[in-house]
Amino acid sequence: MTATDVRLADEGSANTDLVRSEDALKARARQKAGGFKPKALIPILYIIFLLLPIYWLVNMSFKTNQEILSGATLIPNDPTLRNYQVIFNDPSWYMGYVDSLIYVLMNMVISVAVALPAAYAFSRYKFLGDKHLFFWLLTNRMAPPAVFALPFFQLYSAFGLIDTHIAVALAHCLFNVPLAVWILEGFMSGVPKEIDETAYIDGYSFPKFFFKIFTPLIASGIGVAAFFCFMFSWVELLLARTLTVTDAKPISAIMTRTVSASGLDWGVLAAAGALTIIPGAIVIWFVRNYIAKGFALGRV
Amino acid sequence: MEKTWNNKAWFFVTPVLVLVAISAVIPLMTVVNYAFQDTFGNNAFFWAGTSWFEEVLTSERFHSALVRNLIFSGIILAIEVPLGILVALAMPRKGFWVPVCLVLMALPLLIPWNVVGTIWQVFARTDIGLLGATVSGLGIDYNYVQNPLDAWITVVVMDVWHWTSLVVLLCYAGLVSIPDAYYQAAKIDGASRWAVFRYIQLPKMGRVLLIAVLLRFMDSFMIYTEPFVVTGGGPGNSTTFLSIDLVKLAIGQFNLGEAAAMSLIYFLIILTLSYVFYTVMTNVGVEKPQKGGDA
Repeated sequence: MTATDVRLADEGSANTDLVRSEDALKARARQKAGGFKPKALIPILYIIFLLLPIYWLVNMSFKTNQEILSGATLIPNDPTLRNYQVIFNDPSWYMGYVDSLIYVLMNMVISVAVALPAAYAFSRYKFLGDKHLFFWLLTNRMAPPAVFALPFFQLYSAFGLIDTHIAVALAHCLFNVPLAVWILEGFMSGVPKEIDETAYIDGYSFPKFFFKIFTPLIASGIGVAAFFCFMFSWVELLLARTLTVTDAKPISAIMTRTVSASGLDWGVLAAAGALTIIPGAIVIWFVRNYIAKGFALGRV
Repeated sequence: MEKTWNNKAWFFVTPVLVLVAISAVIPLMTVVNYAFQDTFGNNAFFWAGTSWFEEVLTSERFHSALVRNLIFSGIILAIEVPLGILVALAMPRKGFWVPVCLVLMALPLLIPWNVVGTIWQVFARTDIGLLGATVSGLGIDYNYVQNPLDAWITVVVMDVWHWTSLVVLLCYAGLVSIPDAYYQAAKIDGASRWAVFRYIQLPKMGRVLLIAVLLRFMDSFMIYTEPFVVTGGGPGNSTTFLSIDLVKLAIGQFNLGEAAAMSLIYFLIILTLSYVFYTVMTNVGVEKPQKGGDA
């Protein structure tokens, strides 16, 4: 056997080793997929940590006030729907949800509608001051709402818009429009520019191209942007509370009022809180694969 | 992507520009207006120069709120980032449990912020809350309404509960983008678990992680609703962070000049941080095509 042969043989065995180790890897992966791994404990414990406080709230919402105040019980002894009945029978409670939903939806439509053309411009063209503008938009997303609370109040008072849904919807544009622009820009940049060019060669006018060809391509992006506008408008309280008195008062603000009132109705408070979790919990299933992308402003 | 130079793109941007000008520039000008003027009431204003700024910058109150906020952000990052990475690494990569995990983990992120506050306010009460009752049942003297340390622990745990999932989700998105071939190569080289983390997973997560850190820092730096609902900034001033202090100053005491000057200083800090953030974010966008253009 010559030296070359030995080397060849070595290489051969190395190759089979490689194949074998690949097989072993696959086998181990298969085994892993089936059996229980101790590693899985970490997410399980983490999720339990996340769900416990929520469970406690839901648990409380099915208790009577006597039971709530008489000490911590893990399961309601005497489950009652009274707390939910209070909310659904009192317009000053359930209208809070309607008000919240109205301004949230208004904000969502406005934000996505104005963000679409802007995001297209940012993803396709260079123009004078584009980078500065993009940065300036971001600073609005990062601006503390506390800074804007008082000036907003004065601005909207001057226009007589206090306590209207549109005031809150416009105020929330402060952070939602930049968010929508950034998210949509992220999605649009994933669509190759050749599509635009081909459409023009085929004789499409710009509006026809934009709505017939381009919009369907970024449909998921529009959905994600809309979802995140919905969400950030839904969870915000400081501005919504500052700009409303009674007619457009969001549910979350009505809740804080109840906390400060004398004779706290813990059961109703818990039920109201539990109801505010539902909209988010429903829509999140649809965007589960884009959650990270949305939170990172379209850049993951 | 090659972008073409076209100033007509400004037409597309105009609606956004107008809308954000209404909701950001005009209010901000009001703030600037107040910051440089003083009043004796009756809407009579006179020029006050930079005196409000000097007052804010030398005020004990602003310093302590700023320091508190920085310490809070520091603690938040020190807990949420390692915990987030740990959970993301331990999450399953494929199969039925992935969407379930994602949805359950994202749940706290979608709860209105004051409801988050309410949940924790109730959960941590020693008389009716599970956490409070358990802790005091163990014989620990715990009372977040009166003890500043307990108030801090409650607010920090609440924020960890509320926002760690953001770090998890971002890190997870970074992890699943690593091709299998990398792990196989590491296996063949006999790399240890630590080496796989240090030389494959961490660098691949790097940018996403940076986004997560910056987002968490910025958002914790302007936290308002959650601690306000739980502690109201107390006991004393122990959990009065910058935003809470600002609202107290502006709406509670109606001290407009000082509040406006504080707003502008606050905003300048945010602006600086935003610039760092912007640089990171746009670089992420640039690198994307090199990874194979996965959108």
